[in-house]
Amino acid sequence: MKRFYLLLVAVAAIGGGALWYGSQQSVPPAPAAPSAPLPVAAADAFRGFTLGSDSAPLEVTEYSDFECPFCASFATVQMPVIREQLISTGKLRWRFRDFPLPSHKYSRYAALGAQCAGEQGKFWEMHDQLFNNHQWAQTGKNPRGLFRDFARAIGLDLDKYDACMDGQRYAARLEASVQEGEALGVRGTPSFFLSGRPYTGRGTSDDFKALVDSLTKKHK
Amino acid sequence: MIRRQAIVLLALVGLLVATYLWLYKIGVLGELQCGTGSCEAVQASRYAELFGIPVAFYGVAGYAALMALGLAGLQPRFAADRRAAVLLATLATVGFAFSLYLTAIELFVLHEICRWCLVSAVIMTAIWLLSLPELRHSPATT
Repeated sequence: MKRFYLLLVAVAAIGGGALWYGSQQSVPPAPAAPSAPLPVAAADAFRGFTLGSDSAPLEVTEYSDFECPFCASFATVQMPVIREQLISTGKLRWRFRDFPLPSHKYSRYAALGAQCAGEQGKFWEMHDQLFNNHQWAQTGKNPRGLFRDFARAIGLDLDKYDACMDGQRYAARLEASVQEGEALGVRGTPSFFLSGRPYTGRGTSDDFKALVDSLTKKHK
Repeated sequence: MIRRQAIVLLALVGLLVATYLWLYKIGVLGELQCGTGSCEAVQASRYAELFGIPVAFYGVAGYAALMALGLAGLQPRFAADRRAAVLLATLATVGFAFSLYLTAIELFVLHEICRWCLVSAVIMTAIWLLSLPELRHSPATT
């Protein structure tokens, strides 16, 4: 019996020690905004990921921030209807531009994650993961491991994803997107431009549908 | 007696696993070591909390109770007490049912597996299986 209690104490000590050691380890931080501005020329003239037909008569450009709750609400509530009624019917093309707000700790990191997924042809899948599982934005915890789980869930090659994230491969793209948004007058997210003109209406699928329908009729 | 010792040992390991997941959930640990699983996705899901309390905390409380009961059951005055066996089996059954529910959520709702949660489910199943024969063998006390 004495041996049994010694075994218990040993297991408790080893396990407790491992937990204590784990609590002392710092997680590699998600990269913050670069200290010096990256030249726009360093970007690859990338114009954002799009959804919908290239021949659609109208295009909406959305400036969005993955950590912004309004953007998440728009992406999960309004966007599915817009995709079904306007984008998949060929009436509208949707362009996503990053506008990570400096007040959000991990939005830039999330945007990098989506870009790295885009490199493997799965930007929109990662976009959906980031917005559909938006609890991460409320916890304040480093989402590095969680985003890796998202990447795994959508079938990304994790070695390529890790290399892309660790090297911040698309940091210049993000900066270019932010600079472009600022030049256009974007102040908050989500902000929309309909075929290049600022859209100041309500960001609901009904309003977008009414506007697209009226403009499509005008075009005819 | 060997079975109860095994239950206590398993409950201790389960307690350590549940504590690990709980410490992550409350932000003391920054990252879960998960290998190829999706521990953080599962932990970030809405199913990782029940009535506003992290599910892992129920694990901590459950394993601690199982361990305490098991240790008490090892004492000579409770060794032959059927009430100890019944309590152990009842608590283990509740833990086993809860583990089944959580594993089903991972497999059929989230479609993601948290390895540490699975380890906990295996431990709880083993404790449950070990607790059942105790019911047959423990003499009734009057």
